[in-house]
Amino acid sequence: MERMTKFLAWLSAGILLLILVLMVQDIFVNSLRHFDFSFLSQDPLSGGRKGGIFPIIISTLLILGVCMIVIVPMGLGTALFLSEYSDEHPKVVHIVRKALEILSGVPSIVFGLFGNALFCVFLGFGFSIWSGGLTLAIMSMPLFIRTVEEGIRTIPKNYRLVPLSLGLGRTTTIRSIIIPYALPFVIVGGVLSIGRSLAETAALIFTSGYVDRMPESLSDSGRALSIHIYDLTMNVPGGDTNAYKTAMVLIVLIFITNGLFTIVLKTWYKKRIIL
Amino acid sequence: MIKFTIFIFVFALVTLSFPLNAKETIVITGSSTIAPTLLDLAKLYEAKNKGVRIDVQTGGSSRGVADVRKDLAKIGMVSRALKADEKDLHAFTFATDGIAIIVHKTNSVSELTKEQIVDIYKGSITNWKVLGGADQKIVVVNKAEGRSTLELFIGFFGLKNSQIKADIVIGDNEQGIKTVSTNKNSIGYVSIGTAEYNASVGVPLKLLNFQGKSAKVENIKNGTYPLTRELNLITKLKPSGSIEGFIKFVLSPESTHVIKDHFFVPAY
Amino acid sequence: MYQLTKKNKDFILESVLTINGLFSAIAVGLIFIFVTRESLPAIHLKGWAFFIDKSWYPLEGQFNVLPMIAGTIFVSLGALILASPLGLFSAIFISFYAHGSLAWPFRRVVELYAGLPSVIFGFWGLMKLVPMLNEIRPPGQSLLAGILILALMIFPIITLNLMANFRPSSKKYYRVALSLGMRKSTYIWSILLPSLKQQIVGAMILALGRAMGETMAVLMVCGNIVKMPTSIFDPIRTLTANIALEMAYAMNEHRSALFFTGLILFLLIFVLISVADFWRRHESWKE
Repeated sequence: MERMTKFLAWLSAGILLLILVLMVQDIFVNSLRHFDFSFLSQDPLSGGRKGGIFPIIISTLLILGVCMIVIVPMGLGTALFLSEYSDEHPKVVHIVRKALEILSGVPSIVFGLFGNALFCVFLGFGFSIWSGGLTLAIMSMPLFIRTVEEGIRTIPKNYRLVPLSLGLGRTTTIRSIIIPYALPFVIVGGVLSIGRSLAETAALIFTSGYVDRMPESLSDSGRALSIHIYDLTMNVPGGDTNAYKTAMVLIVLIFITNGLFTIVLKTWYKKRIIL
Repeated sequence: MIKFTIFIFVFALVTLSFPLNAKETIVITGSSTIAPTLLDLAKLYEAKNKGVRIDVQTGGSSRGVADVRKDLAKIGMVSRALKADEKDLHAFTFATDGIAIIVHKTNSVSELTKEQIVDIYKGSITNWKVLGGADQKIVVVNKAEGRSTLELFIGFFGLKNSQIKADIVIGDNEQGIKTVSTNKNSIGYVSIGTAEYNASVGVPLKLLNFQGKSAKVENIKNGTYPLTRELNLITKLKPSGSIEGFIKFVLSPESTHVIKDHFFVPAY
Repeated sequence: MYQLTKKNKDFILESVLTINGLFSAIAVGLIFIFVTRESLPAIHLKGWAFFIDKSWYPLEGQFNVLPMIAGTIFVSLGALILASPLGLFSAIFISFYAHGSLAWPFRRVVELYAGLPSVIFGFWGLMKLVPMLNEIRPPGQSLLAGILILALMIFPIITLNLMANFRPSSKKYYRVALSLGMRKSTYIWSILLPSLKQQIVGAMILALGRAMGETMAVLMVCGNIVKMPTSIFDPIRTLTANIALEMAYAMNEHRSALFFTGLILFLLIFVLISVADFWRRHESWKE
């Protein structure tokens, strides 16, 4: 049994590592052969076959920005509500939890349909960075809230009791104790949501659109990196090399975000030990 | 501190929400075959006419027609001839494209007749042996519903989509190229320009001769290749102002190198 | 006076947070309403035809969605069957068998899997995996290809979830178990995993939901033929691929039918979550 378990554990690890290496190596070998840093600073030409991806990086960042602006206050608020008010409003909390559970299960393409119907058509935002960012915000809300809430739940009980016994109001407690304490989790949650959003294609294709040019405002359409990869591999003849390069940029970005996440957690743990 | 952050947020939002200098925006939607070409043409035109901004979105020819009708787009891209009930729109043919029947490079079959293709797609011929190839099952690659390449293909061969016995359904051209070039027994059809380009850079593809004509951009130009389609820009009203300017630009010799760059045959 | 403003402040905060919390519920409601609203014309026009038509040829007015529902269910269940042991064993590997210096990099490997865009999985599947399968049995683009690619995409959910759950319970009992002379595997199989039954099923449900919603990768490797599969080598089309393939080209009732496809997907997920919920309640009641 012991041997079997050990063997299977090593085997699955080995298989997974091998496949990842095959997959990523393919991308890196094909893109590093022609890589040049001007790729990051140029406009795409010939449908993306030539030139770089500068406007696409900017559009992606703007979409993520809109997503974050919405998600941080609203997500933090919801997390606070779920963790602090579950005794006063058990019914509402139950409904919200159920809703979040469903929301986290809704396929991204359904978010795409919904975002298209609500933001692009009904609210008249059209294909725009707004529509894309807002759709992503709703989509990654559950992940963000779960992370922050779990963080808030680790706050020791006396952190709450002491201010109350000092006669401070709940608002003060939340503002000066709970929110600062939850801040690292807000960052971690944000980073996780960014990671999820970076990889998203299906929800964006019907909301933020296809235009591969520098957006001049948030109501312009802007193409995200993953959509660019999709279009280059599926629609543009000879787009593969640049698709590989874009994929590499995306992988590096994701790797950096993941790294950020680990660093934030680690420094925070250290700080907490001192606390 | 908090107030300051909020202020910055609001300020950034407000400024970013509205473009600094209001420009005239022309929205173009439609065929995904044409979209990459038009993106490039739009950029060229914008560089010369600073006051205009052109947004190109994809979505297929029928979408182009619908959006133009509903005024959601000023210009539509349609990669086929206009249908009888679309004749009220103004169409401008700026290029021609053909459809190539493609197989894997190692396939020994190099020519098919109209009847043979019909039989393959209807499922009455299922093995390459019958056609003089290897003893392998034919993998039939078809296009997804709504694409104008599919409409042209079934229209030309007098098929109904429900009669086609496909093994794989693909979306855009390149997916077809990748599917056929990685599958030794497959047959598919894609835009000629796309296929010719891929074959020229070493993708293992073969463009079949059809009705005795080889599938080449050359043969589209001289009009001998039978399976062709027009690439059109459409408008609801007679174009005027910068819309007219842009269409004229697309139809002018200035744009031919871009159109050729995307492997289509310019009309001018 | 001071007391009053403090109470007021607290009241305001409470209301603001409550309303804010309700936004998530509103969002779910909005998604349901909008997707339903857009699919109403098709439901109105077609009704049961969605389940009894000959096949899916929207331009010829045929709209059978059953093969796609089956495709979605088969491909995601298959992926789950493959991903569960993969996820479980890689979690065991990281937590128990990898030496310190190996655990961290391998954890990053799993995280990278979780973060890679589905387009990249699909691209690799189309270019490398499908040709291999085609050698075994054409056409290569098949249910099996979808299962394999999806398994790679969803196993990290199981691994990462289990690892998070391993940690707290491990620390308490692991040393005790070892000091009692228990082997690692005995501890894992007879103490740790049974105690985490709920969490394991929870993680599997999450992974299944993700598999059902996956779009781009499936679109690229599954062949997209609307037909009931008779073997795992047959091509299939999933509900998600159907939307992504045709949405951009769809008009009128076709577009509405695609929203209906989305609605079915939404309902499938809803059913999945409810079943999981029911099971969980049943379990905790048993305990």
